[in-house]
Amino acid sequence: MHVDATEKKWLYISIAMTAFIIGLLAFHAIGNNMHPPSNVEPINSDRLHVEGEFMEDNLGVKEMPDGSVEVRMVAARYGFYPQEIEVPAETPVKFRIASADVLHGFHVPYTNLATMVVPGYVSEVNTELPAAGVGTHPMLCNEYCGLGHDHMWSKITIVPARGGQ
Amino acid sequence: MTNSDKAAGLSLANLTVAFTFFAVAIVLGVFQVAERAGLLSGMLDTPEMYFASVSTHGVLMAYVLTTFCVMGFGYYTATTGLKQALWNKKLAWIGFWVCLTGVLMAAFPLLTGQASVLFTFYPPLQAHPLFYIGATLLVAGSWFWCLQMIMMTLTWKKNNPGEAVPLVQFGNTANAIMWLWTSLGVAAEMLFQLIPWSLGLLETIDVGLARVFFSWTLHAIVYFWLFPAYIAMYTLLPKAAGGKLFSDEMGRVSFVMLLVISVPIGMHHLYMDPQVGAGWKFLHMLGTMAVMMPTLLTGFTVIASLEIAGRLRGGKGLFGWIAALDWKNPLVLASILALLMLTFGGFGGAINASYAMNSMVHNTQWVTGHFHLIFAGTVVILYFGTAYHLWPQLTGRELASAGMVRLQLWLWFIGMLVLTLPWHYLGILGQPRRVSSTPYDTELVAAWGPYEIAMVIGGLILLLSTLMLVLNLLRKGATSSNTEVEYAEPVHPVMSIPKLLNGFAFWNVVILVYMISSYGYPIAQFFMMDTYGTIPWGI
Repeated sequence: MHVDATEKKWLYISIAMTAFIIGLLAFHAIGNNMHPPSNVEPINSDRLHVEGEFMEDNLGVKEMPDGSVEVRMVAARYGFYPQEIEVPAETPVKFRIASADVLHGFHVPYTNLATMVVPGYVSEVNTELPAAGVGTHPMLCNEYCGLGHDHMWSKITIVPARGGQ
Repeated sequence: MTNSDKAAGLSLANLTVAFTFFAVAIVLGVFQVAERAGLLSGMLDTPEMYFASVSTHGVLMAYVLTTFCVMGFGYYTATTGLKQALWNKKLAWIGFWVCLTGVLMAAFPLLTGQASVLFTFYPPLQAHPLFYIGATLLVAGSWFWCLQMIMMTLTWKKNNPGEAVPLVQFGNTANAIMWLWTSLGVAAEMLFQLIPWSLGLLETIDVGLARVFFSWTLHAIVYFWLFPAYIAMYTLLPKAAGGKLFSDEMGRVSFVMLLVISVPIGMHHLYMDPQVGAGWKFLHMLGTMAVMMPTLLTGFTVIASLEIAGRLRGGKGLFGWIAALDWKNPLVLASILALLMLTFGGFGGAINASYAMNSMVHNTQWVTGHFHLIFAGTVVILYFGTAYHLWPQLTGRELASAGMVRLQLWLWFIGMLVLTLPWHYLGILGQPRRVSSTPYDTELVAAWGPYEIAMVIGGLILLLSTLMLVLNLLRKGATSSNTEVEYAEPVHPVMSIPKLLNGFAFWNVVILVYMISSYGYPIAQFFMMDTYGTIPWGI
């Protein structure tokens, strides 16, 4: 078998480039503990409204004793409920979202606040929103969920952190 | 060899079906960009029309154009590359008819709005059973092609013991084996979940499991489409350009890497999904990045082969060989344009595949831009280039106008850039994919306007290019004297070849182990925990 010397060099360069990119991604993921939403937590989507944490009264923004914030939302055709929420900037926020019907996607543009919302499973996203983002932004459904999909969006308002500077 | 031994008729039938449905899908695509940009009104401007159209467009482009092109290309290059008749021509024709029957079955619900579930058909949105059954038949028909490729190679090896299988057929066989592995995921989703569920035999469906099964198929399927394009660049292009293939062996290495790495990495499509653990996503990310390797190697070998051709044609200096290339040859032109689009698209792909960065662009218009650039750009322009290259041999007639052929390819390239570069940017600006309009009451929407106009212009250029393609293939030129397909000779003739680069038995074992380690638990977990199924939902 014959491999040209130049091609061999290119092979090494390719391996080095690939290894570098993988290293960078691994460093970021492990070093900063940044992982995509992956909590593997089944839930009965048919009974969201009658039992458990996604009943209507439990939805919305809650401040936790440690100063962090938890947001509970239900995705259902065609909106994310509650439809308007207010979240402090520069504060750890945990979003927990469940679908009451079909597949949805959840994204606040320009941020990594994104997850698929799969019926039968709870989606959990942990993030922190930047102070530069103070203001009202759309939360868009970004997975086709039916003929009214275009109209599925709600609003998130980012307010300055409590005791704000 | 006679034309019948070469299976020219079978190949031509496959390619004709492919390009016919392609032309239909383009018209739908132009409708979609116009609708989405808000240029239409009345009956045409409804989500019913839009999503029926997008679903049909996606199915025709991603499954119909590709499957028939892969089969048509494979049959003709297998017979001419091995100088051996088909293993079983009757079975090959049966495969063709099974595929076509599947397409026609699925067309009914698609065109009547009963399968507006997009080409990914994610449950629990439920389509008419005929859609799932038709799609399954299309896949089942393609397995006849896989069997044919494998049997032809085995027969050839038996008759030529110890010799290297011609590179073109080594590639076809790698693709056939890869596709068998790849299509098992969606086959399981169809047979155990979607079809019985759509027939009412199952009350509910586990959407999480269905998405994992689909991800199994969803990545490597793009390599099934891409393989013929790569094979053409390795085995037809160097000769068409007037040179030699830089390295036969590295072609084999790339094909083997594509075969082994591409199937067990599909869960990068599920980075944002809650039903798969982070560790599994990370594992699949590693493989996804590794799959850059065969593409980087292919880029090198193909460009080096072009450089040889350019220098043989008198090109001098560091870049002079590029100008000296035969830009008038359709396959050379298509390959150069394809490589440019592959470079742009490759960068975008690496961003999608990035474990964390993906969350910024996931399901935005960026993704639509990415796969149009790579698939509709790189892959499809090589389908055109290869069709032009083989048409005289297949039909016995030259192409009527070489100038029209070149113009068609250039228009496709320009149209694709005008369409997809703004889409990438729209994605960064937060525009979701898969919407028929953007009625959000926010400032964000105002920033999207100009890019939506660009996409309409791109769509119109692509429509013009498609009309020219159809004319170029239909118009009959002078009787062709050139009846043999000429394959590229490598610079260094292959004197001996390691067994690992001449067969697939060992690699199948590697894939099996890799698949069990990367998909075993993520599938088994659904049977180990208490999950809740979901009832069917209409659109």
